[in-house]
Amino acid sequence: MQQVPFLSLITFLPLFGMIIILLLPKSNEKAIKSVSIIITGIQVVLAGMIWSMYNYSLGGINNQATYQFVEKFRWIEIATVSWLGTIKVDYFMGIDGLSAPLLFLTALISFIAAISSWKIDHSLKGYHAMYLLLVTGMVGVFVSLDLFLFYIFWELMLLPMYFLIGIWGGPRKEYAAIKFFIYTLFGSVFLLLVMIGLYLSATETLANGTKVFTFNMIALMDPQNYTQTGILSPLNPNNLRFVAYIAMFVGFAIKIPMFPFHTWLPDAHVEAPTAISVILAGVLLKMGTYGILRLNFPIFPEITQQLVWWIALFGAINIIYGALCAMAQKDFKKLIAYSSVSHMGFVMLGMASLNTAGISGAVFQMFNHGTITAMLFLIVGVIYDRAHTRGLDDFGGLAVQMPIYTGFVSFAFFAAIGLPGLSGFISEAFVFLGAFSNVQIRVITVVSTLGILLGAGYMLWTLQRVYLGKLNEKWNKLPDLDFREYAMLVPLAVIILILGVYPSFMLDLMNSSVNTMVTFMAKSQTFFSSIQF
Amino acid sequence: MNGSNLITLSLFILFAPLVGFWFTLILGKKVEKSYLIEIVISTLVLLTTIYVTFTKLFYFPDTKFVSEFTWINLGEMPLLGKVTVELGMMIDNITALMLFVVALISSLVHYYSIEYMKGDKRYNRYFAFLGIFTFSMMGIVLTHNILMMYIFWELVGLSSYLLIGFWFEKDSASDASKKAFLVNRIGDLGMFAGILLIFVNYHTFTFDKIFMAIGNGVLPFNSEFWLTIVGILLFCGAIGKSAQFPLHVWLPDAMEGPTPVSALIHAATMVAAGVYLVARIFPMMTGDALLFVAVIGALSAFIPATIALTQTDIKKVLAYSTISQLGYMIMALGVGSFAFGFFHLVTHAFFKAGLFLGAGSVIHAMHHEQDIMKMGGLRKKLPVTYYTFLIFCLAISGVPLTSGFLTKDGILAGTFAFGLLTGNSIFAITGFFVAMLTAFYMFRILILTFHGKPQDEHKYEHAHESPFLMIAPLVLLAILSIFIFYTANPFNADSGWVLSNWIKTPASVVPEHARYSFMVPEKMQEAAVKTTEHITHSEVYTEALHHAHIPAVLLSLVLAGLGILLAFAFYQWKKIDVDALTLKVKPLYTFSLNKWYFDEFYHKTFVSGLLGISNILAWFDNYVVDGIVNGAASVTRMLSRFSGVFDNYVVDGAVNLTATFSGLIGLAFRKLQTGKVQAYVVLVVFSLVLLLLFFVKI
Repeated sequence: MQQVPFLSLITFLPLFGMIIILLLPKSNEKAIKSVSIIITGIQVVLAGMIWSMYNYSLGGINNQATYQFVEKFRWIEIATVSWLGTIKVDYFMGIDGLSAPLLFLTALISFIAAISSWKIDHSLKGYHAMYLLLVTGMVGVFVSLDLFLFYIFWELMLLPMYFLIGIWGGPRKEYAAIKFFIYTLFGSVFLLLVMIGLYLSATETLANGTKVFTFNMIALMDPQNYTQTGILSPLNPNNLRFVAYIAMFVGFAIKIPMFPFHTWLPDAHVEAPTAISVILAGVLLKMGTYGILRLNFPIFPEITQQLVWWIALFGAINIIYGALCAMAQKDFKKLIAYSSVSHMGFVMLGMASLNTAGISGAVFQMFNHGTITAMLFLIVGVIYDRAHTRGLDDFGGLAVQMPIYTGFVSFAFFAAIGLPGLSGFISEAFVFLGAFSNVQIRVITVVSTLGILLGAGYMLWTLQRVYLGKLNEKWNKLPDLDFREYAMLVPLAVIILILGVYPSFMLDLMNSSVNTMVTFMAKSQTFFSSIQF
Repeated sequence: MNGSNLITLSLFILFAPLVGFWFTLILGKKVEKSYLIEIVISTLVLLTTIYVTFTKLFYFPDTKFVSEFTWINLGEMPLLGKVTVELGMMIDNITALMLFVVALISSLVHYYSIEYMKGDKRYNRYFAFLGIFTFSMMGIVLTHNILMMYIFWELVGLSSYLLIGFWFEKDSASDASKKAFLVNRIGDLGMFAGILLIFVNYHTFTFDKIFMAIGNGVLPFNSEFWLTIVGILLFCGAIGKSAQFPLHVWLPDAMEGPTPVSALIHAATMVAAGVYLVARIFPMMTGDALLFVAVIGALSAFIPATIALTQTDIKKVLAYSTISQLGYMIMALGVGSFAFGFFHLVTHAFFKAGLFLGAGSVIHAMHHEQDIMKMGGLRKKLPVTYYTFLIFCLAISGVPLTSGFLTKDGILAGTFAFGLLTGNSIFAITGFFVAMLTAFYMFRILILTFHGKPQDEHKYEHAHESPFLMIAPLVLLAILSIFIFYTANPFNADSGWVLSNWIKTPASVVPEHARYSFMVPEKMQEAAVKTTEHITHSEVYTEALHHAHIPAVLLSLVLAGLGILLAFAFYQWKKIDVDALTLKVKPLYTFSLNKWYFDEFYHKTFVSGLLGISNILAWFDNYVVDGIVNGAASVTRMLSRFSGVFDNYVVDGAVNLTATFSGLIGLAFRKLQTGKVQAYVVLVVFSLVLLLLFFVKI
């Protein structure tokens, strides 16, 4: 079975779908929409197959042999270039316990958002073509193990996102789209610089014994591979690793989005159509934290150790600041956007723990935030479709008019609050258990628990303002959920519930990778402290 | 009989209500009378519970049944070691008693609600919510570890939220449910911090393993101080859930929920969960932690009792009385009187549930009138309700022959003994004073509601005794409020089976010098003789309790009698003019009527403060953080405009300048190029002459 290139299939399938859509006549709207749904549906099936074949005991991280579904071959090779010698870039894909949950999440959310895209009513062909291109970009980011490839997918995702917000968005769509694009591109520049720096600092030994510079992420994690003089080499006394770490971190932090780089998010969310908000919150934000875990942590373990306190601090700021800002919002979507800022703070706090409980909690929180926030944005979409307003004070008493919908709303809200029995509780609890176990960030962790209270505050207040109380008679004609909306909300709710009751499905999946990572980080600590200048 | 089926049956007790919840919720209006699912399930649960409880108590009073499975296994972790999270059940005597209390009151409330909620448009959903509540509550009772307790702790919070806000069209109801959830979460935050400390130090959540570790001398961060802190933090959960001072403000508001819910959740079971928690963690509580518990308990007993004196909403009075009685229990646990504290939980559950259901019966009869000032004379119209209510009032006032007498007297004796031993008599004084207040305000509402003349003739005329399904639970609970079920000797609870066989003070695992001095067993040899007894209290304590018993009985009788007498003098015989007295103590009266201004204070400080900060931060976010981003964009745009200008005028200007310059030169030379041959000839000749002059040097 290993001969089947599953990862390439799941990555490029949407691209294939895009070509189909481009070939379809513009007038055949149903076919265009269906292609999107079918293609992303097949992706979910593929993801399921990958999951069923996934070996839970292999760790990945810094050991190429324990990655799974690996596809690797030479992609670009230029024999001699002045100064640089041989340039080579691999087409290198593979997954481990860090990327697998996010891969599955991406497949799932893409499918749900494709269903949600049914409501898009103009320039369908362009929309769905862009949408599928976006999906390829997202999947690619999570499966790439070569920095060059990673960067290509990273940038590939930006372009369709820009158009999806800029063309199919709300009243201030141009502003939001440009802000999103420029901000992310700003981060990408840092990423690119660090990437080139790393390339010029580390070598990989080829089969014929020659040493060439490398973009291979796994090779970059091994300090033995660095040259004596490389600018980002730990062996070079005058290295710029600290600066590079910060630059790369900022590049990813913009995506998370970490305070103070978060302000593109509310604007992008408010203007984006529902489906794109779902993708944005469900998948895109995770790329930031994923990037930090995949690249910053293992490539620069010694600097990570130095900076955990700061990472935790910014995590805590995200949690509390995001929650407080959410509380003051009057626009439903903006509120959910700020709640994302708050919830992504938990991921950062968990990562900073540098132990299994915390990092498992962080990765699990990424997954759960994906499902829960997707549900929240769909919920906002439901009333926006019907009422064409998102003002929290414009509603009231919708529970009377739309009881089933309100049932789902309460479910999603309580999931976001971290009610036990639903998945969010487990990941938050693990984040806290892990972070509290790390002496360095113990105080920050205790302060962060306030986020639990604030989260309940703004969520329940919103629930009350929009759904409880007397029905605002203006809305006494709103229909309850339709079939399409059930199809989006039910699967998410089921997953949230199952993972809340039996979290081991997900925790076991990532367990050995997280353990590998924690061990690796701890071990490299001794390595780096042994280097004497 | 080997008791091995008890765990299996408990699984049924736990999960059956959850099944009932989902079925009733999903079938809802689609199936007629889907609420019957819940009714049947709750009856089955009650029957199973009776079997489990009494099998446990009669056949295995000294056995602890534990069963667990691994829920999450993180395996051998680097840095942290091996961590598994177990879910499990434990049935000991207090579990068994608590199971019985919950199952009984839950099913009685189910039956009662069939009539009380009749005609409600969300009838089935109401029963579904009762189901999820029963599930969550059973979870708290049955669990053997603190994390699982926290899980169910939050879930009862959810069910309480759903039921308080059941009539969510009313703003007051949705406010109250939100307030209940949030105030509880404050307490839960403390509890969660305690759990974190436990995890970091013991890597387990299971009570027995934690106790064993502490018993072996493993203290959190190797200090007794931190053990005290852990105890106090866990107790924060109880402060929230049991509505203790200073988090008591949610309970009176929670009365917005349907009255049977108030009886079940906000009087008998959920609010008692805090007391249950303290009872569970009692072995690991240090003397300092227990003192903290006792102080909170005493404050919570006293403050609400003073508020209850002036309230006129029948349910609010009962709510304050509930806080006060829970304060009693907490205080009892805090002064080390474990058995009576827990015993009071059981007896209080019955008579307080009865009081609420009785109030419900009155409210039902009066067409949702809750103001006691508009009632009066209902004795004749609602005889069964009246007589049962009277029994409950006697019980809560601690009049002999009732269950309340047994336990309240025990608590008072406990505080008295504590005073004798430690010289700290504040708890005893509070206890006795509150006993008098309780008798007074309970009889105040009894008299105003049932005696005298009707204040609202119209409503009075239409009042009628409630139907059988509402009356029967009242009668049953009234019967359970009589001493005979607990002890054969109505004046001494010690001789009864509940105390001597069932409720035993667990052995403390805290290092000896960190306990209360009287808890240290002084004669270890004697302890060894009575191996079946748990030795927590020293001989001195038993002695003191013995001495305290008789004075406590007498004093509490006198004070309860005085309270009742005063109530009659005020409201029945009108010997004392209430209004005149009110005027005389106007400031005190207003202070009590406004509930000590807790709500106003919290609102002005915490709520407004939080909203203020959140608005400021949102402004900051919008104008400063985003302002910098937009500012950067503007600066970039400005620079680009500047560079545009520069490009246009300087760079392009230079280019143009060059062109202009060339043009100018061209212009100059153009003059020469006239196109006339004669001029050219002249120029050529002239030039030649010049050249010759230079080169040939004529």
